[in-house]
Amino acid sequence: MTFWEIIVSMLGQGLFTTIVTTILAAILALVLGFAGGLMRLSNNRFVRFIVAIYVEVFRGTSLLVQLFWIYFVLPMFGITMSALTAAVLAIGLNYGAYTSEVVRSGIQSVDKGQTEASIALNFTPAQRMRRIIIPQAFIIMLPNLGNQLIELFKSTSLVALITLTDLTYQANVLNASTLQTTEIYTALLVLYFLIAWPLTKGIQILERKLTEGRM
Amino acid sequence: MVWDWSYAFDILPEIASALSVTISATVVGFILALVLGLIWTLLIRSTNKIVHHVANGIVRFIRNTPLLVQLYFIFYVFPSIGIALDPFTAGVIGLGVHYSTYLSEVFRSGIESVGPGQWEVATALNFTKRKTWTRIILPQAIPPVIPVIGNYFITMFKETPLLSAITLVEILQTAQNIGASTFRYTEPLTIVGVLFLVLSYPASLLIRRLELKIAERY
Repeated sequence: MTFWEIIVSMLGQGLFTTIVTTILAAILALVLGFAGGLMRLSNNRFVRFIVAIYVEVFRGTSLLVQLFWIYFVLPMFGITMSALTAAVLAIGLNYGAYTSEVVRSGIQSVDKGQTEASIALNFTPAQRMRRIIIPQAFIIMLPNLGNQLIELFKSTSLVALITLTDLTYQANVLNASTLQTTEIYTALLVLYFLIAWPLTKGIQILERKLTEGRM
Repeated sequence: MVWDWSYAFDILPEIASALSVTISATVVGFILALVLGLIWTLLIRSTNKIVHHVANGIVRFIRNTPLLVQLYFIFYVFPSIGIALDPFTAGVIGLGVHYSTYLSEVFRSGIESVGPGQWEVATALNFTKRKTWTRIILPQAIPPVIPVIGNYFITMFKETPLLSAITLVEILQTAQNIGASTFRYTEPLTIVGVLFLVLSYPASLLIRRLELKIAERY
């Protein structure tokens, strides 16, 4: 096979799985991150404690170990899931823990005067968060969230190790059948780069657009 | 029974003994990342346009591709150009090269935080370029970023299980081997998770304290 045939043959199922895993895991991570970040700032000690445990456990152990644990150990407790579900769950939970710290520090870095002003204007706590604090905190969080999206995208290559047919998995299969190792893994690196690099640039442009005239 | 304590204690020594592989891979990879990271930073700062662009391009490429694929590349493709590496060496190189690009960014931010006055003073006092770096700039640029560097050490430690994909027998691979021979994965995989947590959590607390201390001083 030529280099181009190799690239084209990886563009189908493999690319699709990689992108789907990235999108689903990113959504889960964002939801968990915002929920966790807000709960970390709760006045209730118990809520804070629960989130702290979640964050420390998922940041303190390795993503690959979590992935294996969810895919190979949970079935022993009667919880069986497809490779895709396990992948999305593991990556989402892992990056959700990191995102919650980004969200927490973003919210904390909004000036105190903003909170005081919204209390003075008789906003309810929910309105205060939604209308005043989060819109400002989000812009502060954006660079970190962007970096995490790139890291998350790259980490989806691990799902090949639980036999999910993503780009990396497909390269391994192709390698086993054609033995064109050099071309295949070079093509794989190039493909990942061609997705990650525009993503990085896109986030930078978005950042600039959103912060225009604000910071 | 879902969890068997006596089995867990039976296999614990075997998994724990593989920790030496995990930790030495982390340490050697980290040293490589530090040295190479500093080299990238200096090359990118070079006034020579070609050196700047080439170094920048390489760093960008490495940062935007997954470590796992880089490991495959080093382990499976290098032999075809005559460089056959054992799993440990390949793993350490992959880990070190990958994280050197992150550390280079950390060094850059450290160097940029040194005020322009320091450069001017070094020039005024007739310091050589080498002395300016070793005596003036780096001693001020590095200490404030030590906590960030420490965090990357912990991150690298947690990435070492990827090395099992290129057949290095570290703790995750040991746990899997045990699981494959006994058909019980619950205990070995849980032990690996707990070991990571027990080692990395106190380390991250230590770094948080260091961070506060350094923040006081700078």
